[in-house]
Amino acid sequence: MAVNAKTLNESEFFYGHKACAGCGGSLAVRIALKVLGENAVAVLPAGCMSAVGFNYPQLCFGNNAIISTFAGTASMLTGVEAGLRAQGITDFHAVGFAGDGGTADIGLQALSGAIDRNDDILYICYDNEAYMNTGIQKSSLTPFGARTTTTPAGKNIHGNLRPKKNMFEIVAAHGIPYAATASVGYLNDFMRKVEKAKSIKGTKYIHILAPCPTGWGIQTDETVDVAKEVVDCGLWYLAEYENGAFTLNHHPKQFSDAAAYLKRQSRFKHLTDEDIDVIIRSRNEKWDFIHKNFQIG
Amino acid sequence: MKPYLRDHVPTSFADVPDVISYEAGYLVTKNAGWRNVRPVIDAQKCVGCLNCYLYCPDGVIRRSKTKVAVDYDFCKGCGICQRICKTGAIKMEAEK
Repeated sequence: MAVNAKTLNESEFFYGHKACAGCGGSLAVRIALKVLGENAVAVLPAGCMSAVGFNYPQLCFGNNAIISTFAGTASMLTGVEAGLRAQGITDFHAVGFAGDGGTADIGLQALSGAIDRNDDILYICYDNEAYMNTGIQKSSLTPFGARTTTTPAGKNIHGNLRPKKNMFEIVAAHGIPYAATASVGYLNDFMRKVEKAKSIKGTKYIHILAPCPTGWGIQTDETVDVAKEVVDCGLWYLAEYENGAFTLNHHPKQFSDAAAYLKRQSRFKHLTDEDIDVIIRSRNEKWDFIHKNFQIG
Repeated sequence: MKPYLRDHVPTSFADVPDVISYEAGYLVTKNAGWRNVRPVIDAQKCVGCLNCYLYCPDGVIRRSKTKVAVDYDFCKGCGICQRICKTGAIKMEAEK
């Protein structure tokens, strides 16, 4: 049976951290560690979760945790896994938590190498859609139209000009044993995926969308609500890649209003009706692709 | 192991470990001062669904005999628990 709130490990492994109130990323890290248990060895590159977890002498991880170079999350995971294995230790999980910038921009090469070697590691990308730790700069996972400090919204240019990089399918294209997308709005789905990843040998990748109240311009209590809505309106999807096939896990019967999702966040407030049309058109194209290429689970 | 508050706060160079690692779960400061509002749980209305416990980014809601309880030392008052609660058992009250 899949793990749920009642059967989840009651111990906390990420506690007392200094993340902003309502942080989606810290929720993803906390839940993943609770599923993996105390023998998880966490690797965190530069980013929000290392900045809020390690403030000497404060160490907010109850399990082993280490900061890696920004580009080297996956390569340090490789080293952690190999080192523990060389010592004859078998009961552990090497898990990495990198942000969207640390995954899709800076750490992509190391991740690609680890998947190529098929090292026995779990890589979790908490995607808050910009470099939030350094003050909201655009990453390649920032969606079209979003206002960041490096893609400001003005009269001529309405925020980010480029669409979000398709990290999930890029990882899947390596022929990885297991990859999945998730959202902090659907934690039961996320917990099931982490549990599944735990039992698979080889490289595993989970991409979890984690709203950031500070960077997205939402209230601190809206994080989970927004993370649900982005799935319900079809701008994000919950899927898995396994044995060479894609499966869609959650199929909204009817999409909720995407414009309402966008307009409740101040990073999208400036969008015109035409901009929103562009977003909805690309969403529909994506879903046509999903219907053609994914098994609907 | 759950990180917990320690009595000893390293203040001098002599306290700094000469290896690059440090003890896991070592907390020396609380987060209570961050919040303006605090969640208060109405035990009569709580049905023990544990959604607030699951969705708390800080993990400060724990299971207890009266269903759930909040660790006010580390709650930041974000209000996610109030919003996720289906029975309206959590109210955010202003800090005085």
